[in-house]
Amino acid sequence: MQIDLSVLSNEEKVCLKLRSLYKSYGYSCFKMSKFEEYDLYGRNKDFLISDSVITFTDTNGRLMALKPDVTLSIVKNSPAVPSGVTRLYYNENVYRISESTRRYKELMQVGLECIGEVTEKDVCEVVKLAAESLKVISSYSVLAVSHLKILSGALARTGSAADLISARIREKNVHGVIELCEKYGVDEKIGSLLSFAAGASGDCEKIVGNLADYTDDGEALAAAEELRYICSAAKSAGVAVRADLSLCGDINYYNGAVFKGYVKGVPSRILSGGQYDGLMEKMNKKSRAVGFAVYADLIERFDDGENL
Amino acid sequence: MEILNIALPKGRLGEKVYKVFERAGYGAEDVLDEKTRKLVFENPAVGVRYFWVKPSDVAIYVERGAADIGVAGKDILLEYKPEIYELLDLKLGVCRLAVAAKKDFSDTLDFTLRVATKFPNVAMDYYAGKGRDIDVIKLNGSIELAPILGLSDVILDIVETGATLRENNLEPIETVAPVSARLVANTSSFQFKNTEINGLLEKLKGAL
Repeated sequence: MQIDLSVLSNEEKVCLKLRSLYKSYGYSCFKMSKFEEYDLYGRNKDFLISDSVITFTDTNGRLMALKPDVTLSIVKNSPAVPSGVTRLYYNENVYRISESTRRYKELMQVGLECIGEVTEKDVCEVVKLAAESLKVISSYSVLAVSHLKILSGALARTGSAADLISARIREKNVHGVIELCEKYGVDEKIGSLLSFAAGASGDCEKIVGNLADYTDDGEALAAAEELRYICSAAKSAGVAVRADLSLCGDINYYNGAVFKGYVKGVPSRILSGGQYDGLMEKMNKKSRAVGFAVYADLIERFDDGENL
Repeated sequence: MEILNIALPKGRLGEKVYKVFERAGYGAEDVLDEKTRKLVFENPAVGVRYFWVKPSDVAIYVERGAADIGVAGKDILLEYKPEIYELLDLKLGVCRLAVAAKKDFSDTLDFTLRVATKFPNVAMDYYAGKGRDIDVIKLNGSIELAPILGLSDVILDIVETGATLRENNLEPIETVAPVSARLVANTSSFQFKNTEINGLLEKLKGAL
């Protein structure tokens, strides 16, 4: 049977192409039900993009939820003790509050998870796949990458101000970081590292080189070296890659590499991912994990996708 | 060079802000001409395109990518929490968000506090941080009337000099947050027009 691809929407085209890309890298499809017990999301609310979940009571009295996320279901179904690496991709609809309408919406999401005895090489492959996913949508794309361990030690030393400072760093709000560090009496050297991080976005080599002026912490410098390695793997996909130290995730869940993808013409990040060994530990899994999601709904009105 | 689309807030603050852009070398013809019917002002030679929008809409234009950058008050950013980057404090339009009440008001803590405000999200966040239960009364103007007529116990509003409050027998009792104009950028534009945005940022710092 011949399929006329021109009848497909942007989202459908992207999903088809990404599924084929992930399959070519040895990933298997993970198919799931639309519902999950609410408890899974209730216990891991901070991991979700939005903590609002559509719930209902099942015929047996159990509180269920229309799934707002896929990663938690994949992790729940992964073995407690890994044997090797499991590579899964998914193409599912999720139900959460849309960033644009602030109302519940059914959103199409494609993504992949690499779970188990994950090595640095696997992390690099996943970041490279994230870059390739962007290229499927448009040649005009940027992957911004960071490594959470560059800042985790410094943030831990800011005590109760850590969450507030992280939020300012995410906003690239250098003046806000300086203001908070002064207000909470943060050590001057730590403060200058954190304000540098808020504004540090650009060439990886340059940023990693400059980092040594702000910290001599062994863990941070080792993480910066790892970032250099990851950026170079991502660049091999032929996409613009930018080191961006303002990417801060929740350190209770995330560790290591974090990344966000942008496509010219789409006003917000279209891809988001990272290493989430913390979530695995919280769910009593002796595994490491890394993955990402592509928010296919954002390209519904995208008309510059010369690659689609 | 890519053109930067810039949303400026209509009104006196916006005019002050534009003058800083002009001093930084980013002027465009007719921007401050009150008689013009033009809606968009462009100077391709320096790569800028300005448009005036309602101050409370700047963040929406920037978040949705209709503008690459814009200038918005910190009060608006705190209220709407848009997903954008806050790149610079322009230190213009300096004032504060404050809680004010009638001069004889004393909070006895045995009632739900009624708070009249244009900033319901700021009010809820502020009092949630203090563990205080409140009843938010969203108003769109003349906030000072609310405690005078017994509609609310306190108000949460912008305070500049405090003159309006004094004239109405009200006084500020707590500062919620300092406010000033901030340069904000769309998260995606920041990636694709990075050279242009960083160039403008550095020149604006020099022009302040």
